[in-house]
Amino acid sequence: MWLLAELTYKCPLQCAYCANPVEFARQDGELDTEQWISIMQQARELGAAQLGFSGGEPLLRNDLEILVEEGRKLGFYTNLITSGIGMDEGRVKRLKDAGLDHIQISFQASSEELNNRIAGSKKAFAQKIAMARAVKAAGYPMVLNFVLHRQNIDYIEEILTLSMELQADYVELANAQYHGWALKNRLHLLPSREQLQRAEKITNQFREKSAGKMKTFFIIPDYFEDRPKACMNGWGSIFLTVSPDGKALPCHSARVLPLEFPDLTTESVESAWFKSDAFNAFRGDDWMLEPCRSCDEKQKDFGGCRCQALMIAGDARQADPVCAKSPHHEKIEALVNNRVEPAVDLDPLFLRNKKNSLKLSANSIA
Amino acid sequence: MTIEARQIPRIAPGFRLQWEKAQDAWVLLYPEGMVKLNASAGEVLQLVDGKSSISDIVETLKNKFPEADGIEADIFDFFEDAHAQQWVSFD
Repeated sequence: MWLLAELTYKCPLQCAYCANPVEFARQDGELDTEQWISIMQQARELGAAQLGFSGGEPLLRNDLEILVEEGRKLGFYTNLITSGIGMDEGRVKRLKDAGLDHIQISFQASSEELNNRIAGSKKAFAQKIAMARAVKAAGYPMVLNFVLHRQNIDYIEEILTLSMELQADYVELANAQYHGWALKNRLHLLPSREQLQRAEKITNQFREKSAGKMKTFFIIPDYFEDRPKACMNGWGSIFLTVSPDGKALPCHSARVLPLEFPDLTTESVESAWFKSDAFNAFRGDDWMLEPCRSCDEKQKDFGGCRCQALMIAGDARQADPVCAKSPHHEKIEALVNNRVEPAVDLDPLFLRNKKNSLKLSANSIA
Repeated sequence: MTIEARQIPRIAPGFRLQWEKAQDAWVLLYPEGMVKLNASAGEVLQLVDGKSSISDIVETLKNKFPEADGIEADIFDFFEDAHAQQWVSFD
């Protein structure tokens, strides 16, 4: 089992593709240190071995070092997923001393100007470069994550060159997936087929150059596939996300689904995982409709992503419309083929911040 | 690569060896993943401490399992495989 602790929805950056719920500003309250430690203990007893700290920006929690230390003592492999903002060399050392096993730093682009525009921050880029170096100096592998989309994907060569210069060990080139904020900003973010193919080709050429030094992963957006990904390796199969306010989720995007998610401030992890309606909703294959039900690939991809099925096919039990067998697949193809430029006046980019969150979630309530 | 008896293996950076009760096995943990080790791989990797050479490890295991045949070749094969998987590095 994999436990992802989303410690806070607060973040100094405003990335327009953030995976947090669009209505994050309407959820208040964060679990305290003791509550997190209790969840970690319970998950560990159920056999969880991987623990991720993310957010928002997990460095904003002053008790992060305590949580890392407790996690490590419990026997978890501890991962920190961070923007690097809020880090300094002293904190890298304290986290290392607390037993942190692994750090992944996100970048928004290869140049200061573009990075800071996408992140909605004036200082982010320089800070990230400094922290990537500090993490490596502390003896960690340098693991960089770039989210790709139409505004930065043409700079793929610069992104890879920057990663080489920084002596990165692993680079994840993760194309934006269209959930949460990225869905709201799809018009601004969805690349063309040509952009994507070019980027993949350059990445492959670079792989040969950097063989043995840097490992590169290129993850294409679901919309360009004709079979769905095995989302979360199956619903309620290995993955448990806990939101800042203590909701147990089978995936960090699952809050968009019309399910009642267990509240870990009042319910045990064991009961949430095994007994809750939400975690059982899409386990196994009894819930499946056609074409999934009789599909010979259903054990491979489990019907794909439930959130994408709801958003595009209108029912979370439908096949992920990314699948060419789905009767709704043409909607995905139309999104890719009929891409247009955003109109400057009419189509604002929604940066991920409190103001936009309140505005967008007010619209969806109304 | 060809592995020699005098070489000193260590668990590669980013990997952690640990007894995992839920799996009833030794496992190697790494970012976002875990390998469950079989009993003999667990026996060998427990002895990888960054100080012992392969010949030390062979000696220890021969003493521990005197009835096992061909143990030396198995250990060399294991280290070659473990190195290819990047679980261990050599000084």
